[in-house]
Amino acid sequence: MVTTPDAPVVLSLRGIGKCFGALVANEGIDLDLRRGEILALLGENGAGKTTLMNILFGHYVADEGTIRVAGANGELVALAAGSPHASLAAGIGMVHQHFALAESLTVLENVVLGTKPLGSIKLDLAGARAKLSALMHDSGLDVDPDRRVSRLTVGEKQRLEILKVLYRGARILALDEPTAVLTPQEVDGLFVVLRRLVGNGLSIIFISHKLKEVIAIADRVAVLRGGRKVADRTAEGADRAMLAELMVGREVTPTKRLPRAPGLPRLVLNGIDVPGAHGRSGLSRVSLEVLSGEILGIAGVSGNGQTLLAGVIGGTIVPGNGELMLDGEVLTPSPRAMVRAGIGRIPEDRHHEGVVGSLSIAENLALESLDQDAVQRFGFLRFEAMRQRALSAIRDYDVRCPGPDTLIRLLSGGNIQKVILARVFERAPRVVLANQPTRGLDIGATTDVHRRLLAARDRGVAVVLMSEDLDELLALSDRVSVMVAGRLSAPMAVEAVTLERLGLMMAGQADAA
Amino acid sequence: MQGVLDILISASFWEAAIRIATPLMFGVLGALLCERSGVLNLGIEGIFTAGALAGWLSVYLGCGLWTGVLIAALTGAVFGLLHALLTVPLGLSQHVTGIGITLFATSLSYFVYRLSLPSVATPPTIQPFRPVHIPGLSDLPFIGTAVFQQTPMTFLAFALFAVATFVLYRTPLGLAIRAVGENPAAVEAQGLDVTLIRIGAVVVGSALMALGGAFLTMSAFNAFFFEMTNGRGWICVALTVFASWRPGKALLGALLFGAFDAFQLRLQHQIGGAVPGQVFLMLPYLLSIAALVTIARGADYPKALMIPYFKGQR
Amino acid sequence: MIRFEPRAGVPLAMRVGTSLGAVAAALLISAIPLAAVGAPILKAFGLMVQGAAGSLFAFTETLTRATPLIFTGLAAAVAFRARLYNIGAEGQLYAGALAAVAVGSGTISATPFVLVPLILIVAAMAGALLMLGPTLLRVKLGVDEVVTTLLLNFVVLLFVQMMLEGPLKDSMGGGWPQSAPIVAEGSLPVLVTRTRLHAGFLLALVASVVMYVLIARTRLGLAIRAVGENQAAARFAGIQVTRVMVLVGLLSGALAGLAGASEVAGLKGYLTADMSRGFGYAGIVVAMVASLAPLAVIPSAIFIAGIFVGADTMGRTLGVSNYIADLIVSLALLCVLVSGLFLRFRIRFG
Repeated sequence: MVTTPDAPVVLSLRGIGKCFGALVANEGIDLDLRRGEILALLGENGAGKTTLMNILFGHYVADEGTIRVAGANGELVALAAGSPHASLAAGIGMVHQHFALAESLTVLENVVLGTKPLGSIKLDLAGARAKLSALMHDSGLDVDPDRRVSRLTVGEKQRLEILKVLYRGARILALDEPTAVLTPQEVDGLFVVLRRLVGNGLSIIFISHKLKEVIAIADRVAVLRGGRKVADRTAEGADRAMLAELMVGREVTPTKRLPRAPGLPRLVLNGIDVPGAHGRSGLSRVSLEVLSGEILGIAGVSGNGQTLLAGVIGGTIVPGNGELMLDGEVLTPSPRAMVRAGIGRIPEDRHHEGVVGSLSIAENLALESLDQDAVQRFGFLRFEAMRQRALSAIRDYDVRCPGPDTLIRLLSGGNIQKVILARVFERAPRVVLANQPTRGLDIGATTDVHRRLLAARDRGVAVVLMSEDLDELLALSDRVSVMVAGRLSAPMAVEAVTLERLGLMMAGQADAA
Repeated sequence: MQGVLDILISASFWEAAIRIATPLMFGVLGALLCERSGVLNLGIEGIFTAGALAGWLSVYLGCGLWTGVLIAALTGAVFGLLHALLTVPLGLSQHVTGIGITLFATSLSYFVYRLSLPSVATPPTIQPFRPVHIPGLSDLPFIGTAVFQQTPMTFLAFALFAVATFVLYRTPLGLAIRAVGENPAAVEAQGLDVTLIRIGAVVVGSALMALGGAFLTMSAFNAFFFEMTNGRGWICVALTVFASWRPGKALLGALLFGAFDAFQLRLQHQIGGAVPGQVFLMLPYLLSIAALVTIARGADYPKALMIPYFKGQR
Repeated sequence: MIRFEPRAGVPLAMRVGTSLGAVAAALLISAIPLAAVGAPILKAFGLMVQGAAGSLFAFTETLTRATPLIFTGLAAAVAFRARLYNIGAEGQLYAGALAAVAVGSGTISATPFVLVPLILIVAAMAGALLMLGPTLLRVKLGVDEVVTTLLLNFVVLLFVQMMLEGPLKDSMGGGWPQSAPIVAEGSLPVLVTRTRLHAGFLLALVASVVMYVLIARTRLGLAIRAVGENQAAARFAGIQVTRVMVLVGLLSGALAGLAGASEVAGLKGYLTADMSRGFGYAGIVVAMVASLAPLAVIPSAIFIAGIFVGADTMGRTLGVSNYIADLIVSLALLCVLVSGLFLRFRIRFG
């Protein structure tokens, strides 16, 4: 720990409140950050952490409250609201969860963007290069300045995000869920960098919903729940169970997976090849076997081919080579064929691929079944049947909504995911592909998804689970495979795998021996 | 075959090629600027018309030629501002807004023309720009006729390309424009104002488009005709894609197109009679479609093109 | 700072009111150019209303003018629903008209029961085929259909001119570039004696109802709406996006082709190169004012037609250029676009 209890306060938030229509995102939040401190902002998805940081960085304007930042002489000065420019000038830098980078420009260009007045004629890349080089040396972060951002790995992109704000002279760093996309080893590497930075006098706010990491790195922990701060204490001696309870507001019982003897192979992929694009790896002779009544977990850093694999199983990507078989029957890939054959798919991005926002719940539920008698006769939609279907789905999956004709874009993320689950399970699938099924969901919704996946497995469904959340993967899976550079490792029994081992494999530094 | 060769080696052919390319040069540069910042400006056809009318009318009413050019540019800027306000802060459909601006600018131009000249049998004329004479350069064989006897606005077009390339690739503003068309969130995170940059790019781009129209009535011809622009605006949009949104390629594309058009005109004279004139007139449009098709697969488009950005959206 | 809050749902009354408000706004703004011409504004608007609906004859003129606009409005509405921006209705209209005169001006002799449907089918096919190219380019190669359909408009018009000066030229037309007239057995009958209102209007009404049923009540309609809003999600759900887009394109082109057939076989009788006064583009405005709803296209088209017909009368009387009508209609498009914001969001200041 670098900070001491009487280190000067560098950032002070008082009474921050923010509403989006009827939704209260932040309410009456007070927060202090001391020099050299790593403060963790803990809370489940939807608790208001990102909103608070967006207010700090000027993306949003708070409805109520003040923010004061320490100036050069240490005095706290009010921060101009709603202006990233003002926040940057005050020394606040934000490392976004979804990187704010222009992919087709180089690292150097991304760093230099916005640092010179728009009216000036000179870009002075040479000077910037020198400054960046010195900065990389000081901070220990290293990226090739002339590389196109689209060609960087996820870890490198994050380093670039940090370098960007350091280049602007940030003394206060806010990192939004930085470990979501990193392997365990990369997480350790990041923590080393963070400690080095606070050693140099910076102060850090670290947003996360992952308890373990928070306790490992933070000096102090503040817990947000439902938009309010419910705890603010030193990390030392903090009890995980207590923090979890504070995050959720009630006792949390994780879902338990009971061992089960799996059945015969249900979904088989043989020698699947998919060409890569834009410097991302394709799939290279991928083979896998998922047994009925098991959950096969697939781990891997984003960009190594998981999206392609999900696309092949889901039918949206046609492999160049290889075949896919369900219960011994070869399938020609198309989304329609997969659905008809009994492969249920939970998409990675529910807004992009999952649902059509301006259609109703009933219509979205019917989308995968437009050929079925339950939905249509002679091409004409059967509205009453669709409605009944929607009503029972709403009831069975506890979807919070005004009714089956509600436009789906008005639902919360968790409720949209419930509709997607209803759509998948309604067809009694033989295989379920769950791709990042709990991303962005709060703990209640997450537990619900886990429960349903386990129940499906217990019914004999073969489940393929792709998840960046390694804890989730290890808790739910019977067997685990790792995806690296387009190749899939042989599956391992989950009992034989540790988090560390997975991390090494994901980085390509260990074999599945 | 002999006829084709004869055409290609005549200096007057290349002079015509550059002259015909000029409005396309302005249009393509303007479209490129808008689209680089992430905004598709389909108002181009209407802005061409409005620029043609505004420039010509000012001169007809007594202004100097260069004043007319300035007024044309300002007219384009105003329509561009309207398009930008609707598509950037309000985030309305760029396709439909563009078509609306084209219809609006065109009908307004025709209306104003009739307003100013209620009953004329033949369109009145003005004194247009005359070809320059640069001592020494204009008298060179071949190149002198082809390049250095163009009218002033053509030189302006070339100059603007040079300026635009410099700004886009070597200044902080150009970097910001390129970035905002790729990922507006990146630009906002660096403390810049996405809305203002986009509006600015569209306004300047539209001013350039209007200059293309002004060239038609103040340089290539000397009167304003209805249906004058004849789809040139759409051709510019196609050429922008063909050029992968790069100024150098765009200039080349415009010149090639001008050459093709000039060629097709002369060919008509030579062959004429046997093939109906309309076939030749169709060729430029068909060529534009062909250009779009050939480049489509490898399109290097600005990733944020046509996607509205709302502040704080993450 | 302006903030947009999504609205939960929009009652029909609000939709209609907003559309009407937008058109009213366009009319109000058009008072400016009217004043610039020195026309007395109230009298001008009064003359427009009179010209559009002041007598039975005037009203039938409006409905006659509305007929092609209903077709092109439907063409735009169905295509825009799928986010297939068909701006080529103008060309598809001419293609349909061309096919109609090729088949219906004496080359084939048959009874009206055979000839009229034949003319319509051929015209629809011509329009559909013309739209097939740009649609395929869009779904297979990602080529923006706005530019391709626009460029084709110019090509088609030149082709029509070529045909009218060549193979299709009426040898008894006094030397003008016009086609031979549609024979009596192929013509659409007049609906009201001593007016120009013809059966094409009824056809247009039928087409509207058919499109409404298609979009709102069939699974193809649901697929079209899904593809238009979120192509990735539609594809993921198993909808064959390519097939849907191609169908939409063919349908849209066919409707525009019918507009051409209706004009030639019902109103004009023969084809000239200046038959359409921007009907294709006006159809886009009609569709947008109708919020892309097929049934609403009917009143929207009648309204827009009324503006054109009324402006003709007003222009002749007051000496105002009838480009004022194009001006009002284009303003209406922009106003409707902006008004769409009020439907989708509640605007908050603060």
